[in-house]
Amino acid sequence: MNLHELTIHDAQDLLKNKKISAQELTRAALDRIETVEPSVDAYITITKDIAMAQAEAADKTISENDLKPLTGIPVAIKDLICTKGVPTTCASKILENFIPPYDATVMDKLNAAGAVMLGKVNMDEFAMGSSNENSGFKITKNPWNLSHIPGGSSGGSAVAVAADMCLGALGSDTGGSIRQPASHCGVVGIKPTYGRVSRFGLVAFASSLDQIGPLAKDVIDAAILLQVLAGYDPKDSTSIDKPVPDYRAALSRDVKGLKIGIPKEYHTSDGVSPDILSAVENAMNLFKDAGAELVDISLPHSKYAVAAYYLIAPAEASSNLARYDGVKYGVRDKNAASLIDMYRQTRSTGFGPEVQRRILLGTYALSAGYYDAYYKKASQIRTLIKNDFIKAFDTCDIILSPVTPAPAFKIGENIDNPLTIYLSDIFTLSANLAGIPGLSVPCGFSQTGLPIGLQLMGNYFDETTILNAAYCFEQASEFHKQRPEL
Amino acid sequence: MKRTKEEVLHVATLARLNIDESLIDTFAVQLGDILEYMKTLDRLDTKDVPPTFHAVDKSNAFREDRTTNHLSREAAVSNAPDEEDGYFIVPKVIE
Repeated sequence: MNLHELTIHDAQDLLKNKKISAQELTRAALDRIETVEPSVDAYITITKDIAMAQAEAADKTISENDLKPLTGIPVAIKDLICTKGVPTTCASKILENFIPPYDATVMDKLNAAGAVMLGKVNMDEFAMGSSNENSGFKITKNPWNLSHIPGGSSGGSAVAVAADMCLGALGSDTGGSIRQPASHCGVVGIKPTYGRVSRFGLVAFASSLDQIGPLAKDVIDAAILLQVLAGYDPKDSTSIDKPVPDYRAALSRDVKGLKIGIPKEYHTSDGVSPDILSAVENAMNLFKDAGAELVDISLPHSKYAVAAYYLIAPAEASSNLARYDGVKYGVRDKNAASLIDMYRQTRSTGFGPEVQRRILLGTYALSAGYYDAYYKKASQIRTLIKNDFIKAFDTCDIILSPVTPAPAFKIGENIDNPLTIYLSDIFTLSANLAGIPGLSVPCGFSQTGLPIGLQLMGNYFDETTILNAAYCFEQASEFHKQRPEL
Repeated sequence: MKRTKEEVLHVATLARLNIDESLIDTFAVQLGDILEYMKTLDRLDTKDVPPTFHAVDKSNAFREDRTTNHLSREAAVSNAPDEEDGYFIVPKVIE
């Protein structure tokens, strides 16, 4: 038995029955990282000493039979979640030396649950990107084919899970940044309802869209992690004070009578790869065989989602990233003659090209004379997109679609064409605009052997229904049991 | 439609960025392409549609005005590129 290959729930059984120790498990994960990191480049910082100390503490807890929800479970953290005393770079040169003086709320929750932190993982700079090619430090590789992108922005999180370099990981999703890399790497990833998980200590990209969520080896693990993360936090004024259901207890596999909406705008051969279409079609058939009912629905404003998103997200980003001014944290250009020059030079040398491009785009959309035509217009269309979903959920319980139009592309293939990459977010970003939950669960492989994910979107705060449907699918299909050879 | 060099430089000034000379032309083309794509939104009449700025309805979140655990002054300036006695130091602003 390779300990690093364990799921969280299997590891928990072994830890509880004292068949393995938390220190053995953590050491196995650290050894695995050491072995495969040179091939996949997933980690920015490996926190070996912290991990071993936490594992030792976990073993003490276990010996006292006082297990918490994640006691001794080694996890990886996307490098835009603040970790007290541990560098948090957002994969940006501008935050290369930033060491948070406090923990994000999700870190407080992981620590209270007894989790072990293995390290901080790579991403597109400030979560802006769908490929990890925009990291300021290195490009993470897809473990299924090292010349392909892992997806993004939570690419490091997805690869760390897929390559067994952790048992589970935290990512964040602003327009698909958990679901898309989960799909490309063959793991489970869930973006919760906006407001379900605290954003306190999550470095902001687009505050009205950002949400933290787990990436995991299977649906049970995703449910276990979400359980720990979810809940109201007074430190995040946008978090919502609603009871958190027992996610794992809701995994019955029973989908009899479940109404699954099939949006015609998402099930089109127009620009979608045949491999994706056939994998999604198979999934639909499987659900039908399991007793679910497929319902035709329409989300008529879907074709405007990419344009609306790429105005709203950059507009919010241009405002959020104004804080990187070389004064409070991060690097400063020390050669500047004046304060304004210091701002400009610090920001221009600290931010990579995609971040600068989005700041320019967002600043333009908010600038005098263009606000109404761009930012306000996009925000009005956001209302229409949201209303499409509200109406759809009158006739169905969940919505099924592809996650991406194509499997992971080759590294470098789209580097000069940002719009092409933006358009590949077409199926995921509407959930962020509307604020509903969405997940990706493995549903097949392309002819070239790259993983394909199935997207299930749910109604507000109804993560349980999509998790249960995903669990039903996963247990019947078993794509999640396949592993990349590294 | 490609944007002009002047437009790129104007927005860069608003955003407090210095765009590298070699990148101005690339950004002018890329922003032009992206903004051209945004024109698809013009096809939709949104005259009476209210804008959505937050996905989940929530009005102001109030809390009691009480002191809680907060960062010490030392911790707050611990990441500053330049700092003295708990103050952030910036380049001289007033002559």
